[in-house]
Amino acid sequence: MVPLYALETRGITKRFGALIANDQIDLTVKPGEVLSLLGENGAGKTTLMNILYGLLRPDEGQILVGGRPVEFRSPRQAIDLGVGMVHQHFMLIPAFSVAENVVLGMRKKTGAVISRTRLRSSIREFSHRYNFDLDPDARVGDLPVGLQQRVEILKSLYRGAQILILDEPTAVLTPQETGDLFRVIRHLQGEGKSVIFISHKLNEVMEISQRVTVLRLGKVQGTVETSATSPAELAKMMIGRDLAAPSSPRTGGYTGPTLSLQGLTVRREGKEACSGISLDVWGGEVLGIAGVDGNGQNELVEAILGTAPVASGRVILDGRDITGKGPARAIDAGLALVPEDRQTRGLIMDFSIAENLILESHRAAPFRRGFFIDEAQVNRFAAGMIQTFDIRSGGGASAPASSLSGGNQQKVVLAREISREPKVLVVMKPTRGLDVGATEYVHRRLLEERAKGKAILLVSSELEEIKGLSDRIAVMHRGAVTGLVWPDVSEEDLGQLMTGAKTMLSALGPRGGGEQ
Amino acid sequence: MKARPHLDSVLAAARQLIIPSLAVLSAFVAGAVVVAAAGFNPVQTFAALLDGAFGSGINFTETLVKSTPYLFTGLGVAIAFRSRSFNIGAEGQFYMGALAVSWLGVAITGLPSFILIPLLLAAAFVAGGAYGAIPGYLKAKVGASEIVTTVMMNSIAVQIVSWIIKGPLQEPRHFYPETAEIVNAAKLPVLVPGTRLHLGLVIGLAMAVAAYILIFKTVLGFQIRAVGSGALAAEYAGINVRRNVVLAMAISGGLAGMGGAVELLGVTWKLYSNFSPGYGYSAIAVALLAKRNPLAVILTSLLFGALATGANNMQRAAEVPAMLASVMQALVIFFVLGYAVYEDRFARYWAERKPRDRGPHAAAAGKEAAGSNA
Repeated sequence: MVPLYALETRGITKRFGALIANDQIDLTVKPGEVLSLLGENGAGKTTLMNILYGLLRPDEGQILVGGRPVEFRSPRQAIDLGVGMVHQHFMLIPAFSVAENVVLGMRKKTGAVISRTRLRSSIREFSHRYNFDLDPDARVGDLPVGLQQRVEILKSLYRGAQILILDEPTAVLTPQETGDLFRVIRHLQGEGKSVIFISHKLNEVMEISQRVTVLRLGKVQGTVETSATSPAELAKMMIGRDLAAPSSPRTGGYTGPTLSLQGLTVRREGKEACSGISLDVWGGEVLGIAGVDGNGQNELVEAILGTAPVASGRVILDGRDITGKGPARAIDAGLALVPEDRQTRGLIMDFSIAENLILESHRAAPFRRGFFIDEAQVNRFAAGMIQTFDIRSGGGASAPASSLSGGNQQKVVLAREISREPKVLVVMKPTRGLDVGATEYVHRRLLEERAKGKAILLVSSELEEIKGLSDRIAVMHRGAVTGLVWPDVSEEDLGQLMTGAKTMLSALGPRGGGEQ
Repeated sequence: MKARPHLDSVLAAARQLIIPSLAVLSAFVAGAVVVAAAGFNPVQTFAALLDGAFGSGINFTETLVKSTPYLFTGLGVAIAFRSRSFNIGAEGQFYMGALAVSWLGVAITGLPSFILIPLLLAAAFVAGGAYGAIPGYLKAKVGASEIVTTVMMNSIAVQIVSWIIKGPLQEPRHFYPETAEIVNAAKLPVLVPGTRLHLGLVIGLAMAVAAYILIFKTVLGFQIRAVGSGALAAEYAGINVRRNVVLAMAISGGLAGMGGAVELLGVTWKLYSNFSPGYGYSAIAVALLAKRNPLAVILTSLLFGALATGANNMQRAAEVPAMLASVMQALVIFFVLGYAVYEDRFARYWAERKPRDRGPHAAAAGKEAAGSNA
């Protein structure tokens, strides 16, 4: 007899010290069902998944697989019971082949000696069965991200997974790849396998799942049938209130190109990371840079900052040539940068909030007094910033940055960069890892800066963010600009620009800006 | 309102002491086992050790004299560590400082002490500083590991000294492999008549305070710490990482060099082979035990000085080989590094006891992130 639920949790509770990360979580997944687990960052999704995968042990509660109570002590036990997990960050060895990655760490099926021919043919068989289109001999490092993800899924299936947990699987994919992934998921469903789909993207959740369980503050807010709900209702369950649409008040006009990239080419480790990029960012506009991660965006930003070697071309900021002059000169010329990785590039985690706030401006008055740093000035400034930017710190300005939540860390970076009154603001994935409330705040601040006439370069792989904030969108593929388009571009076109399937240069200057 | 953050910082400082104290205590417990295994009475042995280090006025001043070179080299290493440069080369820099004053302290005559001594110390700072700046520059310029280059430069320094004391700077009669005695005006004044306690200790204490101010109150110190704690973020903020690495290594070497000069001007008055019993190497433990805090180096250098003087007495009174004191030093280092592992857990424990009012939601985000990293 087929049990009612492939997987069930009853009253799962997990505490970290005084904090309850999971509070009496009840969750059910039927065989052949796709269940979405929806929640903001910090809602307890990852904790719950780590419990289901045997990485964490619950303080209370029970897990049932196929109707039988089980206890996972390690991921190996979880996989033995048919629970597989695909992490957001792949656990693959790039230098190994697909086949090698699939059998890596397996004990049962292989024995001491691995027969390569048998292995290859069985992987080819698997790949064929699920329409995976994977060559067992391909080096994983050479595969695009979408195919690497399939290797991860194949790994779980090869180990006999009946229940597959996918943690934010679409975060790294293009729209087309997402479509492919959904076809794979539907195929698995057809075979009677269950999928737990973790995401905070409402439209994807609506599209792929039959039921949605919403977590908020460690508790289950409810489980609903997808067919009987709407994105708005899910958003409300997720954040506890209605979601305000990002508004973009268009107050100031455009003030002409403030940041001008002229034929910028960056070579790194012998490869051309950016090829002849020419872009103007006008004062008063947000120019979004869309593209799949690793298509030259990082190098472009580093070239502007002056930390990547520029092979040819120029970076002009407000009329000044800052090409290859290094960060100090770029900052002095009026550049502000919110880096993607705030924990290593944006902040010094051991440093206090106050110290992080003066990381750039300590070099000059009023914070510098001869050889010394004027602590009274620093503290006054920090107290002001904490208030203006609503930085929530239990320990005040002297608390280390590491004690802050992600959203508050980002506020420290924003406060530092915006308070210097820069002319150009380069922002990379500014809301990565932030919850909905903090995301709204960051977007509002950026639009305020735009209204003040700042030129803003926004690099992001979140298409919603790019389309919602940008006046124009540049699309990068393999180091080149394949598109310069208006934000009302279709997802279809955007996806094709991101994969280099076509080129489209229609938005050469901001709307109405060209006639100035 | 005002007293509260003060109390907090005092408590925080007190907590900082717990782990190093535990490390020292554990080293003594383990040391007792070693002593007992070697067939000696641990109680007697440690009594002799303590007595030798602190038992009388003269013993205590000897401890202070022994502590002084550890103080200088420890400060130097602590500053380099602040910039995340692992200066293992304090030994060579110590020798270079001593070499500079063993030459100038003989060559320069006719100057009064109050001019000559500062001049010699400055020369030693420059000599040690230059010797430290070379591996710093190599690290900044071509990425050569300073751990490797400083160790190699230690060997070079020792070889230079052993050549020079039999060559250009050998004492006039060319009999002993040592330099000539420095002029009287170059000798550091004795603080307490009838002891060897010399002005070097006071200079060292002043340097500890100066190093503290440098690291925590100045623009240079801010940049050195920024480079050490987050080189990428520092670079992105426009801080010149290379320049600060070279400067930190130069100051580090300068302090170690001054240590060599102070030892020579205050105690030995001449340079010879094995002038340093490894002050530059022990300095690594001195700095780590002090958690790279210049003021705490005062305490940890005192511990190492006490172990050194105590060991002599241990040998005389309890007839325990002085080698066991080296074993003790090694155990201290071992436990300091071992306990560092527990430090984070300890800090987390305290953080959880005093939950910050950033709301359960934010805290949950932090936790979740921490969980997923595990």
